[in-house]
Amino acid sequence: MQDTCPTIKNILLLDSEGKRVAVKYYTDDWPTNAVKLAYEKSVFTKTQKTNARTEGAEIAMFDGYIVVYKFIQDLHFFVTGGDNENELILATVLQGFFDAVGIILRNNVDKRTALENLDLILLCLDEIVDGGIILETEANVIAEKSVSSSGLADGMSSLSEQTISQALATAREHLARSLLK
Amino acid sequence: MAQPLVKKDDDQEDEEYSPFLGIEKGSVLQEARVFNDPQLDARRCSQVITKLLYLLNQGETFTKIEATEVFFAVTKLFQSKDTGLRRMVYLMIKEISPSSDEVMQVIIVTSSLMKDMNSKTDMYRANAIRVLCRITDGTLLTQIERYLKQAIVDKNPVVASAALVSGIHLLQTNPEIVKRWSNEVQEAVQSRAALVQFHALALLHQIRQNDRLAVSKLVSSLTRGSVRSSLAQCLLIRYTSQVIRESGTNSQSGDRPFFDHLEACLRHKADMVIIEAARAITELSGVTSRELTPAITVLQLFLSSSKPVIRFAAVRTLNKVAMTHPLAVTNCNIDMESLISDQNRSIATLAITTLLKTGNESSVDRLMKQISNFMSDIADEFKIVVVEAIRSLCLKFPLKHRSLMNFLSNILREEGGFEYKKAIIDSIVILIRDIPEAKEPGLFHLCEFIEDCEFTYLSTQILHFLGKEGPKTSDPSKYIRYIYNRVILENATVRAAAVSTLAKFGSMVELLKPRIFVLLRRCLFDTDDEVRDRATLYINMLAGDSSVGKTDKDVKEFLFGPLDVPLANLETSLQSYESSEEPFDISAVPKEVKPQPLTEKKAPGKKPPSFAVSANGPTSPVDAYEKLLSSIPEISNYGQLFKSSTPVELTEAETEYAVNVVKHIFNGHVVFQFNCTNTIPEQLLENVIVTVDTSEAEEFAEVASKPLKTLPYDSPGQTFVAFEKPDGLPSNGRFSNMLKFIVKEVDPSTGEAEEDGVDDEYQLEDLEVTAADYMLKVPVLNFKNAWDSMGPDCERVDEYGLGVRESLGEAVSAVINILGMQPCEGTDVVPNNSRSHTCLLSGVFIGNVKVLVRLSFGIDGPKQVAMKLAVRSEDAAISDAIHEIVANG
Repeated sequence: MQDTCPTIKNILLLDSEGKRVAVKYYTDDWPTNAVKLAYEKSVFTKTQKTNARTEGAEIAMFDGYIVVYKFIQDLHFFVTGGDNENELILATVLQGFFDAVGIILRNNVDKRTALENLDLILLCLDEIVDGGIILETEANVIAEKSVSSSGLADGMSSLSEQTISQALATAREHLARSLLK
Repeated sequence: MAQPLVKKDDDQEDEEYSPFLGIEKGSVLQEARVFNDPQLDARRCSQVITKLLYLLNQGETFTKIEATEVFFAVTKLFQSKDTGLRRMVYLMIKEISPSSDEVMQVIIVTSSLMKDMNSKTDMYRANAIRVLCRITDGTLLTQIERYLKQAIVDKNPVVASAALVSGIHLLQTNPEIVKRWSNEVQEAVQSRAALVQFHALALLHQIRQNDRLAVSKLVSSLTRGSVRSSLAQCLLIRYTSQVIRESGTNSQSGDRPFFDHLEACLRHKADMVIIEAARAITELSGVTSRELTPAITVLQLFLSSSKPVIRFAAVRTLNKVAMTHPLAVTNCNIDMESLISDQNRSIATLAITTLLKTGNESSVDRLMKQISNFMSDIADEFKIVVVEAIRSLCLKFPLKHRSLMNFLSNILREEGGFEYKKAIIDSIVILIRDIPEAKEPGLFHLCEFIEDCEFTYLSTQILHFLGKEGPKTSDPSKYIRYIYNRVILENATVRAAAVSTLAKFGSMVELLKPRIFVLLRRCLFDTDDEVRDRATLYINMLAGDSSVGKTDKDVKEFLFGPLDVPLANLETSLQSYESSEEPFDISAVPKEVKPQPLTEKKAPGKKPPSFAVSANGPTSPVDAYEKLLSSIPEISNYGQLFKSSTPVELTEAETEYAVNVVKHIFNGHVVFQFNCTNTIPEQLLENVIVTVDTSEAEEFAEVASKPLKTLPYDSPGQTFVAFEKPDGLPSNGRFSNMLKFIVKEVDPSTGEAEEDGVDDEYQLEDLEVTAADYMLKVPVLNFKNAWDSMGPDCERVDEYGLGVRESLGEAVSAVINILGMQPCEGTDVVPNNSRSHTCLLSGVFIGNVKVLVRLSFGIDGPKQVAMKLAVRSEDAAISDAIHEIVANG
């Protein structure tokens, strides 16, 4: 039915030992928690030795899935799609998630900060994909939607400032990337 | 990476810093009581929800009672005005969303959500819609339908997207309701917000996907209009190729509708769209080289991108193209070769397998050298892909068997897991089977391998194979040492296998018999029962003092002949056999082949990795067919099976009964094997038979048929019809077929069938037996040598006009298909834009007559194709027959 609409099968955020920080599965490909854990383990071990700390995302293919991934500090970001999916769509979702987490955590992207702000990370996952369908890919918009709704009164002003300066930073980064290409 | 000094202690007690350390479900559920406080502490409540979500995210499950309690408590939080808390409440409800049978829960939460849906806050509206659509059922949906329709055209893009995406989900469960929204969705397609347009387009297409005309209209209006986001553009490309697929080419001009649009997308600014368009073009059915060129050009540029994802996408697409249009990809070979050393192993593997597919004979050696360096540092799963690619390459260029076989034997000696070693062994076995010249070196490599093989399974397989092939070589005695070494050095399983192999040599090579006896006698003192038993049996049988049969041939048949009962049946019979005075009687085992469940169909959507190279599996279907046919008494005396066709479908996909047919050709007979599958769970079919009308196949006379006793749901079975035809002649005919059976109703709850059935029949599609069915595809190593040695005695040459053809390549493949012969030396591929082409074919015609064919094609301006056909064979009559096939085709 949905084979013509791009579908995200899961988004995983694991730590440097492959343990869950936050995960979201959007399809029934992995019906039980045990199967999910096994998948996470295999994704983690198969990508562990690769160099995914560069600016662009890395990509791997196994078990009939395509996985794009990116690491920073002790966090590993993964997005899985079917083997017929357009790799660059998956990479766009990954980049949106990655950058949005960066904005939310004010560039302190590590496991500890992520767990301390788990509510925001979960909201962020909720804003990116709904039931496998891509909702939003712009990091700024995702972060804005996740953060602004968590009305922690004291953080409000600084966070919105943060968002603007972050927006500028990512804009600069985008510019640099397009020049490098 | 160096950590700051201060953090050293922190690292050791890293866990201390998790805010969720020591978290327990029980205590969190206790904490959730704060949801019931009259004065809600929004912050505290948010924290508790986060903890609950953390538990769920870690895989913790709530019992039904726990979930219900949490759910009711959470609904209380709708009283709070805190937006942050509300957002967490939405998330929580989605995570523990009640099923629609929990009416009470649904009703409670629905009223709160409906209030939010009409709120002034956009965030509330968007989220309330998403949550509500998640838990709603048909009746509720009609109540909120009005709001959803409004939301779709809401000016806030977040609200509109929420409604549209929810619509996509709801279409699965309540299509008739969602279809009523198409006016609003149509309006949303024109939205200025990029993602709203994307979501609206996806929903509109799903609503109309069964209406070809509507989809075509949608595509044609959007390809002219403006599409705002890359994602929407990708969707449009997918829909465009769907329209192209369904409409087919414009027969006059050869142009496809909307192809211009796909081509224009290759110049889009977003890489995502370019890849999507390039892939769509390469996947068009019957894509021409003119259409391919622009797509290949952009993919080639992408091969040297700095981003791994783009390189991967490009090489993966080219890899697929290489399977069908190897010549189109050869231009990229230089860029592809530099990817062999790519850090990303998925990319490197794809590059190698692509090169193996597109490479020509002269580049094989250089390529093998590059791969050898690469093999040591990739994972086994990638190595297997490479091994399979090398196997197909070797079958394509048999002359290169030496270097490819050497490569295989080298990697066989290196470290590797079972699956990898098995893939290599399978490849060597296939090469030995298909390339006669590779046989002796191949067997030698296998012998060397078992000298130091840690896998019992592989050792026994190889020993069995040696027993079959070894005695037929020029010097069988040289294998004995390797085999007997196994008897001395290995575990019992391998020793027993080695004993059987020795006995085979003894029985097939008279000269070796005395020496084999000596070796077998030594095995009589083995510590293992099975080994001793086998040795005893073989010594007695080979010495001729046995009660089985009188002639030497009977003994061989008894020892090494094929088992003429299906193994599964033998197993069940042995299990039900209770030891008694009565000895077990193998002739009492039923020979009826039990229907095998369709394993391929049942695997839940899992496909093999798509870059795996398809090649024939290690067991040939012909062996299996031979066994199957010889188990049917009426058919077993037709002599040697000459050829079995690939299955031909006689029903459309997804009909009640799926039937395909395999044509088995014997010298004087033809047997149709109808493979039937019953796809209706409520039916049991009995006495299934296909009645075949031969009024358009005069030379065929039906002599036997074997009905299928029962055909239960989803377990395929076979029925056979046999015909007599003139001996050794390639008789043609057209057959119309009718499936007849007795149908019985099955109670799905008990699985029991009713006693009385009804006669019924089902029309199948017609079936043809053509000349190609009498031709075996058999490759020759060196066509020129074979051609020269055949000599011009029985040569027949003639010229033919083929009329207007689409292209030279199309004409070549049409003639190959008519003849059903094996293209040699890659001459079935026609280079782009060439005006003439020579194609070499080889095969064996019925009656075991070798046939070689040389086809010279020429094409002139208005696509008129002419062909010169030269046939050499061992029999002039056959050469004439080949010409007749072409003349009538």
